[in-house]
Amino acid sequence: MAESLVEARGLTKEFGDFTAVDGIDFDIHPGEAFGFLGPNGAGKTSTMRMITTVSPITSGHMTVFGLDPTTQGRGIRQRLGVVPQEDNLDQELTVSENLYVFGRYHDMTKAEILPKVEELLEFAQLTDRADAVVEHLSGGMKRRLTIARALINNPDLVILDEPTTGLDPQARHLLWDRLYKLKRDGATLIITTHYMDEAEQLCDRLVVMDQGKIVAEGSPRELIERYAPREVVELRFQDGQQEDAVARLDGLAARSEILADRIMLYTDDADDTQEGLGSRGVDPEQVLVRRSTLEDVFLRLTGRQLID
Amino acid sequence: MSVQAPSRITPVGRITPFRAQRIWEKNYIAYRRMWKVVFSGFFEPVFYLLAVGIGVDAMVGDVTLPGGSAIPYATFVAPAMMAASAMNGAVIETTFNIFFKLKFNKVYDGILTTPMKPSDIAIGEIGWALLRGVLYSTGFIVVMFALGMTESWLAIFAIPSATLVGFAFGACGLAAATYMRSWQDFDLVTLVTMPLFLFSGTFFPLDVYPPLIQTIASVSPLYHGTELLRGFTLGIVDSTMFGHAAFLLVMGLIGAGIANRRLDGMLRK
Repeated sequence: MAESLVEARGLTKEFGDFTAVDGIDFDIHPGEAFGFLGPNGAGKTSTMRMITTVSPITSGHMTVFGLDPTTQGRGIRQRLGVVPQEDNLDQELTVSENLYVFGRYHDMTKAEILPKVEELLEFAQLTDRADAVVEHLSGGMKRRLTIARALINNPDLVILDEPTTGLDPQARHLLWDRLYKLKRDGATLIITTHYMDEAEQLCDRLVVMDQGKIVAEGSPRELIERYAPREVVELRFQDGQQEDAVARLDGLAARSEILADRIMLYTDDADDTQEGLGSRGVDPEQVLVRRSTLEDVFLRLTGRQLID
Repeated sequence: MSVQAPSRITPVGRITPFRAQRIWEKNYIAYRRMWKVVFSGFFEPVFYLLAVGIGVDAMVGDVTLPGGSAIPYATFVAPAMMAASAMNGAVIETTFNIFFKLKFNKVYDGILTTPMKPSDIAIGEIGWALLRGVLYSTGFIVVMFALGMTESWLAIFAIPSATLVGFAFGACGLAAATYMRSWQDFDLVTLVTMPLFLFSGTFFPLDVYPPLIQTIASVSPLYHGTELLRGFTLGIVDSTMFGHAAFLLVMGLIGAGIANRRLDGMLRK
């Protein structure tokens, strides 16, 4: 295995009494797309900020490119591209000026920056908006510009903190397309998200975080196999009939989950389970059978009240 | 595992030790489109000068200096206008503008993901406020020469003196901006700068006030700035000028130190 780009052992971040990141271990290898999945407040952003060296580590150990974030922050940041959760583009500048000044912050010369700006405008599909002032751009355009800006210095590692939150489906797909391209070109990506489809599509490997800890680690496929039976049968009932049905479902599926509006039965054989419903006299208004997704894993690991 | 890493543009290790000038470069690019705003900063003190200096001058006549010599009122009040505008320019630039960038559009958070450091931002923004100040001061001195309000070649030194005033107030303004929570807090800025403007020997020599107010006014940084500039534009230079300059320098260094620490604490948490 190649040497780790990022290596963390017992990484911890505290804000006063609150522990945002609670002693986590992980390794990120060159060329992979690594995901941090978790609900809001799980500690994903704090972890990203520590990798970016803008947040001092409380305790534990971490290296980025083999460098120490506490003493070699500049050396690390020089090789990073960072896409923050909230766009923080310079509103006073145009699209291409935003790219240009970032190149200057990275000590690039004008001759190095200008061709790169052209290339990135193309990449972000913003060439015809090059001279537009940033505040007039749509949300999707701003996001693409933020990503382009993070690539100005040809980073060895690109960190994307919830890259598609708040975007409409078209903008999300366009963005994913751009991220695939980056990945194909060999970039190492770290992505945080609470969208399962995003993690499934983009990440080679991911960790699930909850309350500052890593609760699971693996590829999307592995996690689904490990934590969720193959299929899910979702049942919806008419008003008031759900409680009555719950009592009769005992032992029917490998695991079941009771939500306010529906019951989910996790099973390896959906046909078998559906037959069981009939023989027990359970008569739901609606039955939906689907494959397990990362969302099921996520809910199992971080989520709601479960009944095994 | 064999992965072709993208070829680097910036050689690793090429790190410039001083990079506050990158902030100036960014501001220069932004202000190219806002030259009207920059221009207005020059006219404000000039309008004051014309209104108060020439208008009031017609009624008041000469002012007798402590040394006994009498000078036209406009000549007396002009350097004070220059000092006050150096103060106002620096305070506005470092409070309103910085507060907005710090709290609302988070520009600095983005900048700090690059090799830039909080101290680069602090020095860069204070330095930018000063560069603008130099521009205005130069214009103002030219106007004073043109209107015959100064005849001394020493007036040239009023430009670095006004820069010093800008440094003292800009650094403290930046420090203050890091403590501000909402736009309402800006009323406090006016609450400080307004009395400074009125009671720092701006419109009258300090000795017309009762002793108590004289004592209070003598610790006003703008008083020291005004005295410094007035000395140079009147061509009356003595050793007290060192004291005035030292006061402003120390104030600026303290402000810059606080601003740097506070910015670091706010942006790197």
